[in-house]
Amino acid sequence: VSDARETRVLQLIDRARAKPRRFRDERITMAHGAGGKATRALVEGMLLPALQSPALDALDDAAVLELDGTRLAFTTDTFVVRPTVFPGGTIGELAVNGTVNDLAVTGARPVALSLSLVLEEGLAADDLKLQVDSIAAAAAAAGVEIVAGDTKVVERGHADELYIGTTGIGLLDTRAELATESIAPDDRVLVSGPIAEHGTTIMLARDELGLDADVRSDTCSLWPAADALLEAAGPALRCMRDATRGGVATVLNEFARAAGVGVLVDEQSVPVAPPVAAACELLGIDPMHVANEGRLVAVVAADGAGAALAALRAVAGCDAAAEIARVTADPPGMVLVQTGFGGQRVMDMLTGDPLPRIC
Amino acid sequence: MRYVEEFRDGELGRALVAQICATAEPGRHYKLMEVCGGHTHAIYRHGIDQLLPDNVELVHGPGCPVCVIPMGRVDDAIAVAREPGVILTCFGDMLRVPGSDGSLLDAKARGAQVRVVYSPLDALRIAEQDPDSQVVFLAIGFETTAPSTALTLRRARAAGVRNFSVLCNHVTIVPPLRALLESPDLRLDGFIGPGHVCTVVGARPFQFIASGYRRPVVISGFEPLDVLQSIQMILGQLRANRAEVEVQYSRVVPFEGNPRALEAIAEVFVLRPHFEWRGLGFISQSALALSESFAEFDAERRFRVPGVRVADPKACQCGEVLKGVIKPWECKVFGTACTPDHAIGTCMVSPEGACAAYYEFGRVLRAREPV
Repeated sequence: VSDARETRVLQLIDRARAKPRRFRDERITMAHGAGGKATRALVEGMLLPALQSPALDALDDAAVLELDGTRLAFTTDTFVVRPTVFPGGTIGELAVNGTVNDLAVTGARPVALSLSLVLEEGLAADDLKLQVDSIAAAAAAAGVEIVAGDTKVVERGHADELYIGTTGIGLLDTRAELATESIAPDDRVLVSGPIAEHGTTIMLARDELGLDADVRSDTCSLWPAADALLEAAGPALRCMRDATRGGVATVLNEFARAAGVGVLVDEQSVPVAPPVAAACELLGIDPMHVANEGRLVAVVAADGAGAALAALRAVAGCDAAAEIARVTADPPGMVLVQTGFGGQRVMDMLTGDPLPRIC
Repeated sequence: MRYVEEFRDGELGRALVAQICATAEPGRHYKLMEVCGGHTHAIYRHGIDQLLPDNVELVHGPGCPVCVIPMGRVDDAIAVAREPGVILTCFGDMLRVPGSDGSLLDAKARGAQVRVVYSPLDALRIAEQDPDSQVVFLAIGFETTAPSTALTLRRARAAGVRNFSVLCNHVTIVPPLRALLESPDLRLDGFIGPGHVCTVVGARPFQFIASGYRRPVVISGFEPLDVLQSIQMILGQLRANRAEVEVQYSRVVPFEGNPRALEAIAEVFVLRPHFEWRGLGFISQSALALSESFAEFDAERRFRVPGVRVADPKACQCGEVLKGVIKPWECKVFGTACTPDHAIGTCMVSPEGACAAYYEFGRVLRAREPV
């Protein structure tokens, strides 16, 4: 009898979960911007129903549009990070690379970007010049042209130094057909380098923690890594995603849910630089939940995984790329971790923000 | 990471698990409570529960200081935060705890000034830098964090900081344990004792569990090898029919505690006659308030605090879940009125609480249970 009741309760939960998330909050809180469950409720509960677009409903990193026989990827992103200059990067570099990477992981060669600047009254011209120069340098490095722009100034206190929006288009590559739904049991999951470096850098750069460590943001264009994977794995490449807000854990959960498969992570094979591991340990944060700005997660069919990993490691900056997980049939929609200690645990998406906004 | 990795050696872990298997008597089922939320986190993070034999079950205790704060106290904090000119400071994980009308995070979105700090000293610094604001520190935690609040208040008084006060929600660990042990339907065989609390209070306050209730207590560290060794020590006691307080975490815990920290607590705080715990109800002498000599820093006296008790819905059965009497899914409100998005009881508030974990991962957990 009690067994049947437990089954009923579990079914009730499954049914509640399967329903589209509803947005019932009275006001926007910081949790709605954290990339976790509250963000999902906002997007699925308010934005998607109002906008009614199949391309948007897919919730991929970029939309794929077919125009006159040409397949384009199209995406947009806004950057509000504080501080605006940090070890290894600037908000300007993030704004370029963030949008470039959304195109790259969709399997599109980035072509052109637009640039919107929201500037706070009183911002030092030298600070702005530094950002503009780093935007130019990042665009050159990524091989994209900035072809349109807009500038607005708001009163002091109405923005935090500057906010940047970028929109990008890219040309879809024909070497692979990427789709999260194509992920299948026994596929392998690769990550393109040591994780959690950007988020950790930002947390430490805020100087609220009194910690000091040799950590730098990983911000960079992911097109060379995506290009290498497309070339080496071809049709064996199932999908890619850049592990920004919510970290690698969130990406893996999205994969598991989209394809109705399980993912088993081998914690020991996940590359984490020692100072990053130490900082996360002190803060009580799992590096798998920390943001990256230059790391992609790729799913590759088992027979293509070796070649894909070798090709990835040959890309500059990706020499520490690793296979970190295997796709399983069970439990569908969930990510499990084989811990370094030998146990197993469930790894969920992030519920809220580990700390105030970091990207 | 030196001094951390050494305590996460998988091979030593397997050896300890083998010892645990050898010590556990076949046919006997053990229910052990880890009192402290820090242990729950370690058990969950390293998958320790998955390594134990089927007949050794861990029950999560009341030792998560954030989850046990009742709705009424959250409402009080929100009321203070909404006063004009007030900056309410608190630890980040307090932001999401639900009150009767939303959390501090919601209050912040409605315009209240709420700031996350990492130490009460950060809050005092904000007060010193911003003399025109009233800075209130929402103090939470067991005896582990009470000394840092006490030292901050001493410093505030010495420096004559007038715009700083503390909304005190410090709680003590022994009374809720006593309340659990007093209940006639208790089904716990032993306790993994709270290592960090014991660095302050020592091991002596837990003696009553061994002598009065004949249950073994092992004060444990927080790394996986610590927890496994503590479990082994508890099973060893049970097998030998002993009930004692032992300290596994001897590298940090002095049996008599930390006299200077205890002295600071005694100077700054007094015991409240009673305090409400989310899911557990009122427990007498289970929390701290500021003493008369620090009354000028008491936010409850400085501001209008509603102090209204918001009853947990009657159907909430956190107490029974904590005692190991029922499973989370057997609670009347589980999964209906009480969900992670809209938590009622302490076990649902923290993602590591027994009910929240079961809600998220019940299907997996059930598949693993022995049939």
